[in-house]
Amino acid sequence: MQYLPNIFFIIVLIAGIGFFVMNVKKLSRNIKLGKDVDRTDRKSERLKNMMMIALGQSKMVKRPFSGFLHIIVYVGFIIINIEVLEIIIDGIFGTHRIFLGVLGNAFYGFLIGTFEVLAALVFIAVVIFWLRRNVSNIKRFLSKEMKGWPKNDGNYILYFEMVLMTLFLVMNATDPTFQQAGIGNPISQFVAPLFNGFSPDTIHAIERTAWWIHILGILVFLNYLYYSKHLHILLAFPNTYFANLNPKGQFNNLESVTNEVKLMMDPDADPYTMPEEGAEETVPEKFGASDVTDLNWVQLLNSYTCTECGRCTSSCPANLTGKKLSPRKIMMDTRDRLEEVGRNIDANNGVFVDDNKQLLNDYISPEELWACTSCNACVEECPVNIDPLSIIMDMRRYLVMEQSAAPQELNMMMTNVENNGAPWQYNQQDRLNWANEE
Amino acid sequence: MIVPTMADMIAQGKQPEVLFWVGAAGSYDDRAKKISRAFVKILHQAKVDFAVLGIEETSTGDAAKRAGNEFLFQMQAMMNIEVLNGYEVKKIVTCDPHSFNTLKNEYPSLGGKYEVYHHTQFIQNLISEGRLNIDDTTLKGKRVTFHDPCYLGRANEVYESPRDLIRRLGVNLTEMKRHKETALCCGAGGAQMFKDAEPGNKEVNVLRTEDALKTKPNIIATGCPYCNTMMTDGIKFKEKEAEVVVKDIAELIAEANNL
Repeated sequence: MQYLPNIFFIIVLIAGIGFFVMNVKKLSRNIKLGKDVDRTDRKSERLKNMMMIALGQSKMVKRPFSGFLHIIVYVGFIIINIEVLEIIIDGIFGTHRIFLGVLGNAFYGFLIGTFEVLAALVFIAVVIFWLRRNVSNIKRFLSKEMKGWPKNDGNYILYFEMVLMTLFLVMNATDPTFQQAGIGNPISQFVAPLFNGFSPDTIHAIERTAWWIHILGILVFLNYLYYSKHLHILLAFPNTYFANLNPKGQFNNLESVTNEVKLMMDPDADPYTMPEEGAEETVPEKFGASDVTDLNWVQLLNSYTCTECGRCTSSCPANLTGKKLSPRKIMMDTRDRLEEVGRNIDANNGVFVDDNKQLLNDYISPEELWACTSCNACVEECPVNIDPLSIIMDMRRYLVMEQSAAPQELNMMMTNVENNGAPWQYNQQDRLNWANEE
Repeated sequence: MIVPTMADMIAQGKQPEVLFWVGAAGSYDDRAKKISRAFVKILHQAKVDFAVLGIEETSTGDAAKRAGNEFLFQMQAMMNIEVLNGYEVKKIVTCDPHSFNTLKNEYPSLGGKYEVYHHTQFIQNLISEGRLNIDDTTLKGKRVTFHDPCYLGRANEVYESPRDLIRRLGVNLTEMKRHKETALCCGAGGAQMFKDAEPGNKEVNVLRTEDALKTKPNIIATGCPYCNTMMTDGIKFKEKEAEVVVKDIAELIAEANNL
């Protein structure tokens, strides 16, 4: 009977991690629904980006206040995980504070003391984050796309962190031997007096409860990630690694178009040739993107990585002047649609069954797409190198090349480029007149 | 004004040092033509051996590409590349950041590989090679703010060349709150220049002009013909034409050197 808690712990641990692994598989399957794009080049540059931007948070601190608070929570999160390791070992083997014996009083005390200070700082930072989201009128948290689930999601994460940090401190405060040793309790020593007058049994029960809820909370949080914007804590790393390294102004040249244009311009090409007998008729590739499966896997990874901070939207010239376009919404819509496609595949034994919906129109309207100035402010701002602009451009390509659905004025501009070699209706023969006009 | 064409040059058996890519705005837009002429005056003063394509130049296809028409873009690109490669062009300079970006970044994989410079980079080189000096007395004391063109700044990370030239004018350079990486677009990019804006509560160029006016400038300097149009319209909208002018850096240098 005495092994019951250990067995229960192991079952919970396996279930928690197992469910997480299942979701990671789903995540990876969904991302692979995207088209191929080669991001295996320039490995050292990619690694450097990941180290600087994801691990080093270099772009977060461009906005110093929220960046600084974020670093506290981030460092706290990473370091406190060492404590989680101890909890897991204790849970499996029924030991208590196993690292104390291994590391010795002084070092263990230093470690736990550091965790306690971090836990308190994280708590404070998280409270400030909550105030910023719910009390301060910060425009980027009040946008249309932040109503309902996205707003709640943000708050749930903050509540989770507040509870986990509190449990950690309570757990230490209600451990009498730990408190009496007087090492590593710089914060919990002030929490401990709250339990004065409780019987030793009650205190022990509180300690055990805090310990259990703490570890269960962590497992629940781990599994909450997949359903939340909080996935960024994992995906920020691959996302910065695989991000575009070319100059931001360089848009990709569609290869499928290059082939057709070359054929068109080839004087030797015979327009009346038929495909050879027996030759497979190739289905012409779709130009641009109308649904998530037309995007590449990095764009889909981007959508799962987005933590909806809204720095992109708050720097977007279209959004700042009241247009419908919000780069953050482009990313959120892409993820929502991708999840919908994923659920469809799950429900139909691994095959996607047409649902008469797509990313274009059902999620993202042409009005949003046409409001973009392609200025790259959103790409520059993103703390984890997400590229909303590439999705906007791919969807414009679909509108123009597959549907001929450009705004009328742009059709005129394009006709002029085609006929006169300039976006305006001027005669090509007048192209050098400027030289003699003064 | 003497503006030799590649065709003339080749007929005389000469290969110029650099091709000046004028761009559609620089060729046809009344305001932008002044920038082209100012730049040519600078080239003449520095005795640069240059040529233009003239009537053989056609749209780079940039606006078509940003509008989503990849077909039209690549058709334009391949026509231009055929002409440029035919003349064995190695080095190109342009006053238009959109042409600069497209020629530099998007032509190479289609077979057009050139050394491409924005005119502010090119002028900076002329100065460091000792071929050009900027008179820092003519405009001394003027308050100047610089609006970063998106396709020069964020798109290609050229932030210092234009600023270096402005400082050499002896003027007082005052930055807007949003500048360099965080600069706000003028509203013309992504083919917006050629269409009306979507419904909203303000025009982007007005917002950007307000940014600029907060620095209380005498001159708003920029390095893009489209930004120039947008900021000039913004100044008109704000009824500040009497106090503030919008100028390209090439125009400021030509003015400083009394060209």
